[in-house]
Amino acid sequence: MQCFSGTRRWALKLAAAAFAGTLAFAAPAQAEKPIKIGFSMALTGGLAAAGKAALIAMEIWKDDVNAAGGLLGRQVEFVYYDDQTNPSTVPGIYTKLLTLDNVDLVVSGYATNMIAPAMPIVMSRKMVFMSLFGLAVNEKFNYPNYFQIMPAGPNPLTDWSKGFFDIAAAQNPKPTTVALVGADAEFARNALIGARENAAKAGFKIVYDKTYPPPTADFSPIVRAIQAENPDVVFVASYPPDSAGMVRAINEVGLKTKLLGGGMVGLQFAALMGKLGPSLNGIVNYDFWVPEPTLKFDGVEAFLKKYQEKAPAAGVDPLGYYLPPYAYAYLQVLGDAVKAVGSTDQQKLADYIRSHTHKTVVGDVSFAPNGEWATPRALMVQFQGINDSGLEQFTKAGARVVLWPEQWKSGTLKYPYAQ
Amino acid sequence: MLDLFLNAIAAGILLGGFYAAMTVGLTISFGQLDIVNIAHPAFIVLGSFCTFVLHEHAGLDPLLAGVLLAPAFFCIGIGVYSVYYGSFERRGDESLRGLAFFFGIMFILEVLLIMTFGVDYRLVETSYIGESIKIGVIGLPFRMLVPFLAALAMAGGIYLYLSKTFTGRAILAVAQDRLALQLMGADPVRTKQIAFGIGLGTAAVAGSLLIMLGPVEPSVGRLYIGRIFAIVVLGGMGSIGGTIVAAIILGVVESMVATFYGPSWSPAVAFGFLLMTLAIRPSGLFGR
Repeated sequence: MQCFSGTRRWALKLAAAAFAGTLAFAAPAQAEKPIKIGFSMALTGGLAAAGKAALIAMEIWKDDVNAAGGLLGRQVEFVYYDDQTNPSTVPGIYTKLLTLDNVDLVVSGYATNMIAPAMPIVMSRKMVFMSLFGLAVNEKFNYPNYFQIMPAGPNPLTDWSKGFFDIAAAQNPKPTTVALVGADAEFARNALIGARENAAKAGFKIVYDKTYPPPTADFSPIVRAIQAENPDVVFVASYPPDSAGMVRAINEVGLKTKLLGGGMVGLQFAALMGKLGPSLNGIVNYDFWVPEPTLKFDGVEAFLKKYQEKAPAAGVDPLGYYLPPYAYAYLQVLGDAVKAVGSTDQQKLADYIRSHTHKTVVGDVSFAPNGEWATPRALMVQFQGINDSGLEQFTKAGARVVLWPEQWKSGTLKYPYAQ
Repeated sequence: MLDLFLNAIAAGILLGGFYAAMTVGLTISFGQLDIVNIAHPAFIVLGSFCTFVLHEHAGLDPLLAGVLLAPAFFCIGIGVYSVYYGSFERRGDESLRGLAFFFGIMFILEVLLIMTFGVDYRLVETSYIGESIKIGVIGLPFRMLVPFLAALAMAGGIYLYLSKTFTGRAILAVAQDRLALQLMGADPVRTKQIAFGIGLGTAAVAGSLLIMLGPVEPSVGRLYIGRIFAIVVLGGMGSIGGTIVAAIILGVVESMVATFYGPSWSPAVAFGFLLMTLAIRPSGLFGR
């Protein structure tokens, strides 16, 4: 009996030691549990070119952060799903991320059409939502924990094209008529709404205002119809295939106008810039980052070097000036907030992001109450001196000079366009 | 105003030629063989990407690349039809399951292109792209003129082949009376294989024209499915001449609406025209 009792005591001691050992091991394991960031991303479908490029940038940020010890001493892990550029997949993805995957933080996919469907889910859980290139998404939701990294400004609909019309209005003699043309799709329609308002504010008479459906194979009838109205200024809000079709048709028809461009998506991408080459000269278009001396922010060139090493294997934009720095930056803002707050408490994070200026690879970022950049920085750049289809020329200063805003200006406008 | 009108007509005719090049292969497979090849636009995009490779790496002119690719696509067509015949048509399962089969091929092609080329836009640049010729007040961009002439040549060649050769006539006959064709000593399966192969061969050429027109990404073909099936139906399901006329009508209607009313209305007006034609003439313009 005594022997049994002794055995039992020994067994109890062993069990107690094992339990204590488990606790001792469990505590560091708990501390090292990774911080999970969840998101949807367009990895197939129409937006996949940008979505994959954004993902590369995000992976670079994750590797940088993890190499420096992670966030709050924990490694960062991504949980993401392909939204197939299909907005209907997005609510399901964010529901899964927040209920089954139990992610600590969420960020948005790319872009407006994929961000809006995530909003109700994210809002119901009161999560901080860093957003990647959503145009005026929060206008209807008014969600206080929404922060958008595209530098469109606090009134994105109008700020987007403000620079283009400011440049037009500053010419002497001042142009008087404007043509507006854009795709029948969300971004282009929003851009046209802002352009109409800006044109009216600047006192221009709108002589052509039409949209076109995707796919439009030939833009020459549209360009001829615009030419028939003889506008001084032509504002175009188009998607990549249309932008290329429009540029070619404009050159073939020989459109005579004084200022052309504005909201042409795609003219920021290496594949299109290279192929369109000299036909881009003179176009004034929005952009978010170009390798001009006024925009050499801390870390941006080191980031681009890493991105450009990874891009060819993924078959995405080899230069990566347009979206990738911002995909890195929106995680930088979130990561720095987590470090500063010392937790993933959503309300504290939101308060911190809202009340501070953040140092990122795209420069200092501070947010307006509606979650947009407090100061607009949608650059207006002009293609100048493009000689051939070589990509090298676009990596140097002077190929896309910044005309607006004044603070970042790096060159002067060549005007009028027709010359 | 007259300038604008004449240019709208000319642009519409050229655009119609491009639509005809995209559609003529489907006229054979869908119109003549009753095979709902919904993957035809995906094969066209495959043709675009192959053209891109030959243009970038071998320096070939896009159109020449398309022509050189056509025999390879012909062989792919023979292979695809053989699988389709063995799995569905022989068992009489072709209607719904066959459609699912071609849907599957479409998705597989898209994914293969994404895995091979990534998802970036691709386009080609040649010396004549961006140039145009002027005839009086009418400007004809080579970017549209070359596809138009190529479409006419391709459709003309196919028309002559179908009407002047034994195999060509067998192709025209096979959809109508398979048994009678067998009695004439022609193998209907072999005949359909060749016809389907020709249909896919045209996709290679159409692909080279598509990438000449503008940037291409792997899933762009989906945007053209409705339009090219509509042209086959409007042309009379299987008539090569009808396809050309229907494509040009659609192109001119689109161009005129885009010029004088507003481009966003052009598909609605074009498809409205299709519905009106079918209401008056259900078998299409050149249908029997």
